[in-house]
Amino acid sequence: MKNSIVSIQNVSKTYGKHQVLKDINLEIYEGEIFGLLGPSGAGKTTLVKQLAGLEVPTQGENHIFSEKMPQLDLIKRIGYMAQSDALYTELTAKENLDFFAALYGLKGKEKKQRMNEVMEIVSLTDHLGKLVSDYSGGMKRRLSLAISLLHSPGLLILDEPTVGIDPVLRKSIWESFKSLKENGTTILVTTHVMDEAGKCDRLGMIRDGQLIAAGTPEELMQQTSSANIEDAFLAYGGA
Amino acid sequence: MRIMALVIRILRQIIRDKRTMALLIFAPILVLTMLHLVFSGDEYTPEIGLVDIPGKLETQLNLEDAKLKHYETEKLAENDLSDKKLDAYLVFDQMPPSVVLEGSDPSINGAVMKWIQDALKPIQQNGGNQEIQIDYLFGSDDMGQFDYFGPVLLGFFVFFFVFLIAGVSFLRERTTGTLERLLTSPLRKWEIVAGYIMGFGLFTMIQAAIIAWYAIYVLGMLMEGSFGYVLLITLLLSLTALTLGILLSSFANNELQMIQFIPLIVVPQIFFSGLFNLETISEWLSWIGPFTPLYYAAEALRNVMVRGFGWEMIYKDLLMLLAFSLLFMILNIAALRRYRKI
Repeated sequence: MKNSIVSIQNVSKTYGKHQVLKDINLEIYEGEIFGLLGPSGAGKTTLVKQLAGLEVPTQGENHIFSEKMPQLDLIKRIGYMAQSDALYTELTAKENLDFFAALYGLKGKEKKQRMNEVMEIVSLTDHLGKLVSDYSGGMKRRLSLAISLLHSPGLLILDEPTVGIDPVLRKSIWESFKSLKENGTTILVTTHVMDEAGKCDRLGMIRDGQLIAAGTPEELMQQTSSANIEDAFLAYGGA
Repeated sequence: MRIMALVIRILRQIIRDKRTMALLIFAPILVLTMLHLVFSGDEYTPEIGLVDIPGKLETQLNLEDAKLKHYETEKLAENDLSDKKLDAYLVFDQMPPSVVLEGSDPSINGAVMKWIQDALKPIQQNGGNQEIQIDYLFGSDDMGQFDYFGPVLLGFFVFFFVFLIAGVSFLRERTTGTLERLLTSPLRKWEIVAGYIMGFGLFTMIQAAIIAWYAIYVLGMLMEGSFGYVLLITLLLSLTALTLGILLSSFANNELQMIQFIPLIVVPQIFFSGLFNLETISEWLSWIGPFTPLYYAAEALRNVMVRGFGWEMIYKDLLMLLAFSLLFMILNIAALRRYRKI
């Protein structure tokens, strides 16, 4: 059995009277790409924010690297990319990278090397000196991804990473996920694109704050005798 | 150095945004210049009425630089005064003559009093140093002038612009998601606040120096005390503006809502800063003054610029400004708990 990197234990979250997450239990193991699949409003972002340290559950506990979240020491080992591109548009890509690299304590040669490496991964090396305000939507998305990779995190949490990215680039980004995975990085992606879900090692289906199913794409399709992920999702959802 | 990274980033952003930088520096200069021109522009030529002046005396007086009108009785002069046809009239029923001012505009009062002093100089040398009796139709002689409220305005504009720009830039950090991004980095909450204060503080220092220098040396604002104290006061005041702006930005969802704080938070401060006579403010309102940072900054600035006082007269006000900043900083850090618990 592989090491559990993320362990979500009986997690519920309520905002006022509104229950966003209902008793979620989930383990994510070292070196896998885990996809969290569900429609918007299902609670994916809330769950992912808890894992990134931004939220705390109303009930239950989240453990990352076998330690209870939130903790600053754990945050350092997580790479997080939010749904919105959190970039300083009046600065250049290089200045943005520079800033975030410094926040993670990178400096000197190592910083430069990491900056080049991550920009290579997202194929933006030629646009380092450009102002982010001149970037296209897809380029911003890729730069956000590059920033989340800067400090070589053991766990990468990506909230809808490929929104607004064309199929060719999407493919190349997924290839970079695979190579990161081969280097031992655990990746958690949220998505509502079904064909992307098929590329994950394992999937968690989330609907109305409940985890309705978890397993490899093949398992999920088999159990529901569905031809594709979308049908499987509908079957679990009781449709 | 995580804080330094933040400081460098903020400075880069400010420098990149030329318009904001221009607003911080040139807007106060522009407004102060306009006020300067409005309140102490060209020498004003007063219109003076002379009531029942003996012909022999008239030749002795220095009556240049004024529009003169002669009256038989005080009653007629008074009518013209209330119709604003005159700025003041002199009654020569005794020596020295008594003066009645229209009085509603302090800059005119000043001009008239200056003129009267010059006019009566020839006979005062003969007649001794008797006090001239002065009456006001409206207003009174303790109304301020540009020199008097200049320091308040200087403080106010520094406060206003720093408040707005720091608030909006922190607001933007929140609405564009970069604040959330910062909080998923190992940056501590106090480090974010400290980084903002240092980044903006550095820029504000330059801003305050340029504006104070311009007001004092170009516009010729009265300056009795030391320039260093003025810088220190404006710097501490901008610190409170900065921390208050950042704090209030957490209660605004967009730039417009930030602007809505101006009439609520910024403008009322000017009423309690001594621009208007504090003793004349209704008692049920005057207690607000000591709760506004500008109250202390204006007092300290006036002590230095008008009265020429030094450290021992301003340190209490400076401590109050520092206390405000500290309070706002602590509240800022607490407000950030909304976004991350640790």
